[in-house]
Amino acid sequence: MRREVPLLICFLAGFFFISDFFIPETHWTEIAHTFNRWAIIVIAFAYVLGAANIVRVNSQVIRRRERDWQYKVVLLSGLALMIILGIGFGIKEGTTFNWVFMNAIYPMQATMFSLLAFYIASAAFRAFRIRTWEAALLGITAVLVMIGRVPIGEFLWNSFPDLVEWIMNVPQLAAKRAIMIGAALGAISTGLKVLVGLERTYMGGE
Amino acid sequence: MKDRILKILESLEKLDRRIIFIFIAGAVALPLIFPMNIDFSVTPPVQSFYDSIQSLPEGAKVLLSCDYDPGSMPELWPMNLAAMRQLCQKNLKIISIQLWATGSPLAEAAFNQVAVGEFNKEYGVDFVNLGFKEGREVVMVSLGNNIPSTFPTDYHGNKVEDLPIMEGVKNYDDLAMIINISGGLPGTKEWILQVVTRFHIKLASGCTAVSAPEFYPYLQSGQLSGLLGGMKGAAEYEKLVGKIGLGRRGMDSQSISHLVIFVFILIGNIAYFSTRKKKKRE
Repeated sequence: MRREVPLLICFLAGFFFISDFFIPETHWTEIAHTFNRWAIIVIAFAYVLGAANIVRVNSQVIRRRERDWQYKVVLLSGLALMIILGIGFGIKEGTTFNWVFMNAIYPMQATMFSLLAFYIASAAFRAFRIRTWEAALLGITAVLVMIGRVPIGEFLWNSFPDLVEWIMNVPQLAAKRAIMIGAALGAISTGLKVLVGLERTYMGGE
Repeated sequence: MKDRILKILESLEKLDRRIIFIFIAGAVALPLIFPMNIDFSVTPPVQSFYDSIQSLPEGAKVLLSCDYDPGSMPELWPMNLAAMRQLCQKNLKIISIQLWATGSPLAEAAFNQVAVGEFNKEYGVDFVNLGFKEGREVVMVSLGNNIPSTFPTDYHGNKVEDLPIMEGVKNYDDLAMIINISGGLPGTKEWILQVVTRFHIKLASGCTAVSAPEFYPYLQSGQLSGLLGGMKGAAEYEKLVGKIGLGRRGMDSQSISHLVIFVFILIGNIAYFSTRKKKKRE
């Protein structure tokens, strides 16, 4: 029973949500909508679980004075501060919560993402070495798209954007669609295996 | 002499990354200080994005999903502002949601800047921010059944059913189209898979440059009615909407930095081929 019951629940739930996709009948969709609302509530509780887990894991590190424990103190202080500010004083514009978001989180996230430009430039310099024919194809296409996608490409040759659009719409699209169809077929077969109980690793054990 | 050139080329092949960083910093910063304003044309995916909004009748209701965070703001914030501008110019009603928690303050700031600041639109009548709801694809599907029960209150805590803009809005059937500003997952792909194919509603997307190639198949199949890819897409769109913004201003920096990367790739390959024979001999 310990195996059969979870398998049955998985089959019924999976079958129900698949059928909801294909059966546009009012009562059926109303039931599905109720389940969806339950799912939204359950997912929201996952946040509480996540926060509790962060507190548990990081407080252990602080207690044992493990490596980089000082950073964990900052993390937990930040977590506590934002929860207190958000729940206690609101999250709208003009609140301290929003001020911290716009003046601390926003610039920090933007800075982290901006660093990518430097690393991508450095990686491109090292990665695009024409060692083989395949590498040549990749490198030349990358350079064409890179230059053709910015105004200076059009300034140098006015048909550059058309060439780039052709690359995006024909070879790129063909390869991308083939990968997508392959991946989708794989996902369908895995999903079916889970539904009919052939794939049971989600239940743990062997 | 030949040995000296070879030595220079060898050192170029192993160029210190900090030198590349300095050049990139200059290529990004200098054009922002001294703009060149290189002109550019509008590409078909951007034109389609603009046309799909322009074809809507005045007063139609549009769902604007701002699914991004500050990390992708340089690319997505300009297109978010430009999209709001076009929607306000056309007197379309904007219902905004966010599937990323960090997207809510950004959407709110965009509304304050464009809808209120530039067009003097009224909250609850011309636009509404329903805020963030966790649940990703489940929320998307749930909106297809009942929007007010999925978002009972808006970002400011008002009851959604009491707002004039929400009058007669039950699900996707009551909306003219969806515009998604997408920074990743959940984003455009999920909107297509869960909503477009199922509820048959028009979707236009603005996304980061790195994810744009992924959406070309959907654009060609007609599942996407327009696509803004990265800052260049935003810049082209700003040109169509008629107000120069951050996208256009970033184009010179992007042009020069791409050119600098190209020069480094070229130098790296010249150095590689020139020193290859020597390495083989050794």
